[in-house]
Amino acid sequence: MSKTNNETSFFKKLVGQQFFIPILVLLVLVVFNLIADPSFFKIAFGTNNAGNPVLSGSLITILDNGSELAILAIGMTLVTAASGGQDISVGAAVAIAGSTLLRVLCGSNSRPDELQAPIIVAFLVSVVVAMLFGAFNGVLVAYFKIQPMIATLILYTAGRSIAAWINNNELPIVPGETFTYFGGFIPGIPIPTPVFIAIACIIIIALVLKFTNLGLYTQAVGINESASKLNGLNPALIKVASFVILGVCVAVVGLIKVSRISTINYSVVAKDIEMDAILAVALGGNSLAGGKFNMAASIIGAYIIQFLTTTLYKYKVPADALPAYKAVVVIILVVISSPTVKDWFSNLTKKLKVKEVA
Amino acid sequence: MLKKKLATLLAVTMVAASIVGCGGSNGNSAETNNATDTTDESESPAADDSESPAADDSESPAADDSESPADDSASSGGTIKVGIINNDPSESGYRTANDADLKATFSAENGYDASFAYSMKNDEQINAAQKFIQDGVDYLLISAADTSGWDTVLQDAKDNGIHVILFDRTIDASEDLYDASIVSDMAKEGQMAVDWLTEQGLDTYNIIHIQGVMGSAAQVGRTGALQDAVDANDNWNIVVQQTAEWNAEKAQQIVQSVIDSGEEFNVIYAENDDMAKGAVAALDAANISHGVGKDVIIMGFDTNKWALEELLAGNWNYDGQCNPFQSSYISNVIQELEAGNTLSEKTIIMDEKGFDAETITQEDVDTYGI
Amino acid sequence: MKDGSVLEMRNIHKSFPGVKALQGVDFTLRKGEIHALMGENGAGKSTLIKVLTGVYGKDEGEVSLEGKGAISIHSPQEAQKVGISTVFQEISLCPNLSVAENMFIGRTDGMYQNWKKVNSETEKILKSMDIPATATQQLGSCSVAVQQMIAIARAVDTNCKVLVLDEPTSSLDEQEVEKLFKVMRDLRAKGVGIVFVTHFLDQVYAVCDRITVMRDGQLVGEYEIKDLPRPMLVSKMLGKEMDDMSDIHGEFQTYKPEKGVAPVFEAKGLVSDAGIKPFDFHINKGEVNGFTGLLGSGRSECVRAIFGADRVTGGKIKVKGKEAKISKPIDAMKNGIAYLPEERKVDGIIGDLSVRENIILAQQVLRGFFKPFSKAKQYEIADEYIKLLSIKTASADTPIKSLSGGNQQKAIVARWLFTHPDYLILDEPTRGIDVGTKVDIQKLVLKLASEGMSVTFISSELDEMLRTCSRLVVMRDRKMVGELSGEDLNQNKVMSTIAGGDK
Repeated sequence: MSKTNNETSFFKKLVGQQFFIPILVLLVLVVFNLIADPSFFKIAFGTNNAGNPVLSGSLITILDNGSELAILAIGMTLVTAASGGQDISVGAAVAIAGSTLLRVLCGSNSRPDELQAPIIVAFLVSVVVAMLFGAFNGVLVAYFKIQPMIATLILYTAGRSIAAWINNNELPIVPGETFTYFGGFIPGIPIPTPVFIAIACIIIIALVLKFTNLGLYTQAVGINESASKLNGLNPALIKVASFVILGVCVAVVGLIKVSRISTINYSVVAKDIEMDAILAVALGGNSLAGGKFNMAASIIGAYIIQFLTTTLYKYKVPADALPAYKAVVVIILVVISSPTVKDWFSNLTKKLKVKEVA
Repeated sequence: MLKKKLATLLAVTMVAASIVGCGGSNGNSAETNNATDTTDESESPAADDSESPAADDSESPAADDSESPADDSASSGGTIKVGIINNDPSESGYRTANDADLKATFSAENGYDASFAYSMKNDEQINAAQKFIQDGVDYLLISAADTSGWDTVLQDAKDNGIHVILFDRTIDASEDLYDASIVSDMAKEGQMAVDWLTEQGLDTYNIIHIQGVMGSAAQVGRTGALQDAVDANDNWNIVVQQTAEWNAEKAQQIVQSVIDSGEEFNVIYAENDDMAKGAVAALDAANISHGVGKDVIIMGFDTNKWALEELLAGNWNYDGQCNPFQSSYISNVIQELEAGNTLSEKTIIMDEKGFDAETITQEDVDTYGI
Repeated sequence: MKDGSVLEMRNIHKSFPGVKALQGVDFTLRKGEIHALMGENGAGKSTLIKVLTGVYGKDEGEVSLEGKGAISIHSPQEAQKVGISTVFQEISLCPNLSVAENMFIGRTDGMYQNWKKVNSETEKILKSMDIPATATQQLGSCSVAVQQMIAIARAVDTNCKVLVLDEPTSSLDEQEVEKLFKVMRDLRAKGVGIVFVTHFLDQVYAVCDRITVMRDGQLVGEYEIKDLPRPMLVSKMLGKEMDDMSDIHGEFQTYKPEKGVAPVFEAKGLVSDAGIKPFDFHINKGEVNGFTGLLGSGRSECVRAIFGADRVTGGKIKVKGKEAKISKPIDAMKNGIAYLPEERKVDGIIGDLSVRENIILAQQVLRGFFKPFSKAKQYEIADEYIKLLSIKTASADTPIKSLSGGNQQKAIVARWLFTHPDYLILDEPTRGIDVGTKVDIQKLVLKLASEGMSVTFISSELDEMLRTCSRLVVMRDRKMVGELSGEDLNQNKVMSTIAGGDK
């Protein structure tokens, strides 16, 4: 009897966990792929055209391409938590960061023979620029009290033109191999570099959340701004900070995106990535109205989205139909987490329990 | 065998074309470039480097550019006022080149007073058109963001005696409402590419077909030709047909997915250069060789300069042009109208080329690269 | 089925995860009576009402209306349709709509609405109930009290058989309460059964006919009002013999300040942008003083100015004799000042965060961004204060919003005690919480003062203040009008000072 109780309470606990839904979705995807084609999970070891060892396979692809989304999900989670809204300008901001990076690397010549500045310098400049644009969004939200979606709509609309303007509408190409490492492989290391970059970002944010009060402050501000103020916090500053942190994430993603193809296409780079980033936050079971958040769940959410994307590509679902599939996922998520379904579930478990007792 | 012969032939004609092109004779480079190209003689292009590196002018318009405006200003005693409504230059490399070309041609030195308005939204473009009409421009040049909704404003223009010339994109309106429409024939671009591919004489064609934004004119035209060839030939197979929405990263993921699943392929037909580039990035990571004489044939469109450089280096095989240099055609039309002549055709289709990696030269890259 | 009963609830059960909120509760409401539903916070009153009005589904039991057999109600709309209307403590109207729109929202029959007719009908209702508002006025521009009256007007407007008033008076002043009572009596005369939930004992005895007392999710009993004198009611609610509340002062020694020591806090000509007149104020070590005055007299605004919660626009401040500048809450906190705000839900709790996080928050902010308490330390602190203040919570990780009001308040008190302030400001710490916790908090205030902490205590219940404070600052019309201490600290003197008769 007591054992059954323990089991049900364990089950209940499991269902109640924030990780439950994302893990469930992941499991469904894994099982589907296992049944449909187990070779999905095959990882091969080979060399790339430069003769360097590389790992390949769908799982590697997921980890590789999911990196950008995971990094953005970090910033988006914080923005969502603090401001109770979402930044829809991240795609455009990635274009700006990437364009800045190219501008510094290539100088005024769009076809330089060698790098005009060290990559680290270019990257730092793009980080600063992205942080400034983040701060711009943040100030609109925090001090002018504009709804985040509306405030970031400005940059969403203008961002790609700004990105094009930074390079005088030209499409510079970064010379040299070194720059391709960030979106590709470092010679001798068979795992795609974006995976390492994502891991680094995840470790950094984990350390920040552990050794600072970022988590507590953003959640407090997101849940009750007025009370936070009376506890000595500066809610506006914290909101701006969350947008600035998202800016850093954006710059890192800009580096990876630009490095993948050594150039940029202003109008399509990181297109619609904001929606995926927001979806990652939601998929992680975080409330889009802000407040409490679970960073790990958001990051898992990001990889699940990539898992879904890669799976759909594998089965040759047209790319322009992907949003429809994602929409289905969103609908299922929203329905599962709705109070009605939760009640139904709890009634069901109760009934099961009664039966067991009988 | 056939392939090699053809390649040699192409190489010869290409070199010839570029020489005569510079010489300014009426040699039809596009036609020599591709056997199936049926170009209207009067519109035959010849690159004019001296005018503008971007200009893809036929003999006569080139002459107009440099001389006629002067005549014109002498005869009419003033500049020609044009209002140009275009999509935003940041839209693509194509648009950037297009805008630069227009700016170079409709300059004050050439006797034009040009105003530009950019938007990728139809209603903003229509507002801009209304403003130009109020400003009393002589010519209204429009590359419409959307095909519909233009009737009223074009009627206004007509009532005010303003000539309307559409470029790059057509609209759904009565032909009476505009004087000329200068467009690319995307289907022809696709056909040229497919014809080239046919000439390669592979035993089997296992094609990764990466499409542009579905429903766009470029996608429809470029897809159509390939689809017909696949339907007509038993040895042509589509491995995957996917839209990457002009996006390099998406193309990379699509090709990556094919590689991951271990399917065989030997042709990548990407409907623009960006997507071809993304596809190649995926091949590089998987150590699959590509380019001239290698395992996978790479085809792109839009003749971006960097793409032509890839051709020159032998990394890619083919690149089809989508001619952004309408300005010479437009100024030609304007001169005709100013001279009081009527145009023989309302719709003018521009000449476009396809480049083969084996025959492309540095000059081609400099001339046609955008 | 008893005679004349309009509503019967039998054997109602309701559980939430970890809590049995209702266990076999019966409740009977007769036609034309005002029936008080009493109990401490967490006794299950609110749950019972929410079950009745369809906000929660019940696990077991049955509800019948006018003896017509069991009915089941799934939503407040359904409840309203069968004649059960509710006015909740928190106003649930739309502040950005007009009064008339609020009155008629959700109850129109078709798609179309004759707004002219709606407006004129609304005017009629407002007039009949003596509510100072117009139909077309935006609801948000009315005072809270008026909004509350409108919410009641909306509720009784329909074919109402049962009216549930869940603490409708907590934000009303006496005159407004009287008006409300008049409305209630009128309705009673029309045969409406009224369930009245309140914390104010006076009000129960002023207007009610019968009382049902609940405790810990169970029914204690149903009584005629005349059979249940106040002390008995309180002891029934608490489940124990009542403390002699008037005597708590004697339990603690008054702190004896050393001579010649500067006041803990001193302000000259302090003024904020909240509309108060400049005021002077000081408090000594170990002293308990209070701000009193009618609702809206500016007593809360004064303490907010002290804490820097509103924008301070002028005045000089000294903390322990040294000049200080307090322009925002963090400045005040750094100067050893703590402030428990008046609106617990709006300004106090961080609802979704755990009790633990709520307790450590203020001290954590003081410590700084880069010095978070370790998890282990957090639990240690939380457990310590949960025990110290006997906060009833399932665990330190329970979200604070799922605690009862009194326990939320205790957690907020814990938050500020943990900052070890020299000067603690408590603005209405006892509002909307049960009697037991009220006594606890008053005792705590005196205990802290006896240990040397200075406390400013604000309460709308004058006897609470008289019991705890040694000095009272009296406010009228946003101005400080007097200060009373020693002999003057009695009900009559305070009242007359508030009224402004004797100066």
